[in-house]
Amino acid sequence: MVASTMMSTSAAAEAGALFSRKTTAIFYNYKKNPIQRMLDFDFICARAEPSVAAIVSPGATPGGFQKAFFGKEEVAIPVYGSTEAAAAAHPSSDVFINFASYRSAYSSSYVALKQPSIRTIAIIAEGVPERDTKKLITYANRNSKVIIGPATVGGVQAGAFKIGDTAGTVENIITCKLHRPGSVGFVSKSGGLSNEMYNVLARVTDGLYEGIAVGGDAYAGSGLADHVLRYQSMDEVKLVVLLGELGGSDEYGVVEGLKDGRIKKPVVAWVSGTCANWFNAAEVQFGHAGAKSGGEDEGAEAKNNALRDAGAHVPENFDGFADLIASVYQDMVKDGSLKPAEDVEPPNLPQDLASAIKAGEVRKTTNIVCTISNDMGEEPTYVGIPISEIMKDYTMGDVISLLWFKTLFPKWATKFIELVLVTAADHGPCVSGAHNTIVAARAGKDLISSLCSGLLTIGPRFGGAVDAAAINFKRACDSQIPPDEFVESLKKKGQRVEGIGHRIKTAENRDKRVELLANYAKQHFPEMGTFLYAKKVEEYTLQKANNLVLNIDGAIGSLFADMLKGVGKYSDSEVMEVLELGGLNGLFTLSRSIGFIGHALDQKRMKQPLYRHPWDDVLYAEPERPSRLANGEDEE
Amino acid sequence: MARKKIREYDGKRIVARHIVKRKNVKLGGAGANVASPKHCLNAAQVSASAVEAAVSAEAFYNKLANEQPWLLETKLVVKPDMLFGKRGKNNLVLLNADYATAQKFIADKIGTEVDVSGVKGTLTTFLIEPFVPHKEEYYLSIQTVREGDRLSFGACGGIEIEDNWDKVKSVTVPSGEPEIDSLLDHEKHVAPLLEGTDIPAESKQVLASFIVACYETYVELDMTMLEMNPFALDEQGLPAILDSRVELDSYASFKNAKLWGPDLELPEPWGRQKCEEERIIQAMDDRSGASMKLSVLNPEGRMWTMVAGGGASVIYADQVVQLGFGDELGNYAEYSGNPKEQETYMYARTLLNLVTRNPDGKRRSLICGGGVANFSDIAATLGGLQQALTDFHGKLQMAKVKVFVRRGGPNYKAGLQLMRDLGNNLDIPIEVYGPDTNMTHIVSLGIRWIKEGH
Repeated sequence: MVASTMMSTSAAAEAGALFSRKTTAIFYNYKKNPIQRMLDFDFICARAEPSVAAIVSPGATPGGFQKAFFGKEEVAIPVYGSTEAAAAAHPSSDVFINFASYRSAYSSSYVALKQPSIRTIAIIAEGVPERDTKKLITYANRNSKVIIGPATVGGVQAGAFKIGDTAGTVENIITCKLHRPGSVGFVSKSGGLSNEMYNVLARVTDGLYEGIAVGGDAYAGSGLADHVLRYQSMDEVKLVVLLGELGGSDEYGVVEGLKDGRIKKPVVAWVSGTCANWFNAAEVQFGHAGAKSGGEDEGAEAKNNALRDAGAHVPENFDGFADLIASVYQDMVKDGSLKPAEDVEPPNLPQDLASAIKAGEVRKTTNIVCTISNDMGEEPTYVGIPISEIMKDYTMGDVISLLWFKTLFPKWATKFIELVLVTAADHGPCVSGAHNTIVAARAGKDLISSLCSGLLTIGPRFGGAVDAAAINFKRACDSQIPPDEFVESLKKKGQRVEGIGHRIKTAENRDKRVELLANYAKQHFPEMGTFLYAKKVEEYTLQKANNLVLNIDGAIGSLFADMLKGVGKYSDSEVMEVLELGGLNGLFTLSRSIGFIGHALDQKRMKQPLYRHPWDDVLYAEPERPSRLANGEDEE
Repeated sequence: MARKKIREYDGKRIVARHIVKRKNVKLGGAGANVASPKHCLNAAQVSASAVEAAVSAEAFYNKLANEQPWLLETKLVVKPDMLFGKRGKNNLVLLNADYATAQKFIADKIGTEVDVSGVKGTLTTFLIEPFVPHKEEYYLSIQTVREGDRLSFGACGGIEIEDNWDKVKSVTVPSGEPEIDSLLDHEKHVAPLLEGTDIPAESKQVLASFIVACYETYVELDMTMLEMNPFALDEQGLPAILDSRVELDSYASFKNAKLWGPDLELPEPWGRQKCEEERIIQAMDDRSGASMKLSVLNPEGRMWTMVAGGGASVIYADQVVQLGFGDELGNYAEYSGNPKEQETYMYARTLLNLVTRNPDGKRRSLICGGGVANFSDIAATLGGLQQALTDFHGKLQMAKVKVFVRRGGPNYKAGLQLMRDLGNNLDIPIEVYGPDTNMTHIVSLGIRWIKEGH
């Protein structure tokens, strides 16, 4: 049973030339690389205008644009939220390049087909349902539109227009002489092989005039035969090269065209998949969905034979394909039916910085140095330790040790850091930070704003005492200043003794938190010099007033200084340097953020209304109404 | 893969579920039971894995009969349900049996190897259905073609269909458009199929409605083929699907998950039991945006391929066969769509496992070929291959593997240099070629290595 080959009712076969040096396209679903490659191609073809006129980013608000290079210059390509809007604004752009995913390729292609100004659409996605593709084909044929794809890289008209990623990099395009038209019309299913064949054609002929990859699906929007017929109608194409594939019966359309004389130009053809007989039993699925031999006549051998019988030039195998093309081409040159195209020197395209760096051709200084983490590899690292390892064996304290101090502290030290985090997490709703957080949350601000509102109060009077206490105690301790002198010298300067004093705690009624931290340090710290010094300061201040105890800020500060010293990595002066970076403030901020977030969530959960401070809580003490000062004359 | 055959059990279930939604159609036979949503069909599946998972075979069958009491109340048909046809001719169908006989029939056959038209495989899955007494058998097939869908109907069916092709009539329903469904026209499409047969008028009415319902179901579920060979009218005159084949367009799965049902299985073709490596690659392919395919053809083969590109991979395989080395071809392999370096690495590792598995003193070739890529980063893909080859250093020498590389595309010079460096540094025999060498040239080089050792 010979395949019932349909007479071509396809619009594509009748379409003639689809592209020219003036063709511009609407590009659907922004992709940086293919657009840049199109514009690079345009530049080395010496086109006057870039070939991408507009980009459709579904749902984008109007007025936006994307930048791309056109040669040395940058151009702004307008972005539209819908295909309708893009087509209305660019009525002369008759090609639609659809980079939608397989999920949305169908609907977006249909919208494009409906635009009167759009004549050709290329569907890149692989995996469009067959029935959907068939509906698009029917619509396209009834409305004289041409579909290339789905599941294709697209196509190229040498020296004129190129779809998306076709033919790859500029280097390859120049090697393949695609920046100027040759004489060969090429069509295949496979995009990868198209590019391979462009290389071959540049070696054995004067190069490509136009090449189309119709896509590997069972039903291509336009088929091999459509494009061969189209090439027949284009005067510039002198020689047609066809690379078919097992599966489907598209090649028989070419056979018919050759037989009934609609195709007169020489056709050199090869159908791949002659190996399929070997795999019969195994039912191998080849890379292309459509590459499945349905019956005898869909096999590669049958199709090669039919093409040969119909008058096409068919080699013995793929290895002989290039030689056969060369000999057919040479014959045409000899008998004068083909005048080889001249070679053209392409303009020099400036190299991309990124690719030049990759190729080691230029160097540039970096603007930012980072020494604590790296996200360049397989997985992020914290100071060289992969995150997966951290997740398994490391604690929060270890992570702080790594990212803040670039060191892996001993366990006793990172445990201390965690104790501090736990201790300082919250101190009730009345402290200034928590209060601010609550007020902001009740004003309807989002969580981050509420948190920030609280954090902004952290400073010399709230929370920031930890840093100062640590630095003061450590410096005085290291310089062996007697505690009484230390206190008095601060007093002389009019400064508070940071870390000393509490609202309610006294010598008799000690702060439990301070005691617990001190006990932990006694058990685990190798040394506690700064803390003991702070205790001596407390001894002295307690003589002045009963509530001048070492408070939690002072305890954390001094113990932290001892911890840094105790890990054995830093000298006394290096400990001071670390403290002066402000890491301790960071610890307080990190810890207290937990509390602030809690307060913000708490208020939101209870749907608390806007906070307004009560009148009766304010002493209104306005001075008398001032009269305007009359120093100097006002200009009038 | 776009077109996927599904089991007869699943095919009948989804067809019945959707046909009976239509007002003017009632099903007989296996489809008669539509009251229970869970078992919208009187059909039961027996698979080796399900039987093994139960406490005992007896417990399995008891539970099955509990859920589907008709198994004890009707005469039964039993047949293997593994995507191959000609079951009657191969004596694999049990007719008009009771439940006990059905169980014995399955127990005798399950786990045995059979040869169906030259393809051997192990029987693991069976279908049990009610035995439907009937007189006339009919043939119906709906198949996707470029112009639309091809409907074929014959007033004959079953095993005899092949002798009666001339009695089968066909029409093509043209493909619809995005806003116009492909409409099945009774006068244009259905009537001509039933014309000139000696089917009584009242049956014609039933058959026409049934054909329409089948077609609508086929469209709604994105099938690419629905064949019933045969179906019949039961004693109540209701259509009963006796034997059916369904092929789905797996590309449509993203929109049809609900219609197809959550428990739909897309099984491997008959005879193909995927080996571990093939399963790994399939899983990678399913997860990745890139495409990765692997079929092992001959584990003992000496010619192995890892080719980039759906088109190029076929041409490489062609060339191996053309040059008379088809018997030695170990695999068909394809990767494309700009796979990440890590993906190529895993892919190559999996393949190298196979290549180096049988170090038997014979020489082997690994053809890492491909055309000139459009957008795949060649340095990245070959980088993955390089890592994998490094891992297999030693094993490659044991298995006497020589590697042949041919590739072009973005960044290819850096990529080819990687491979040359690898050869120099690790002493792995490797030959590297770029786009100026014929694509399939390395196949003859690979064969020369196997034959002559240089």
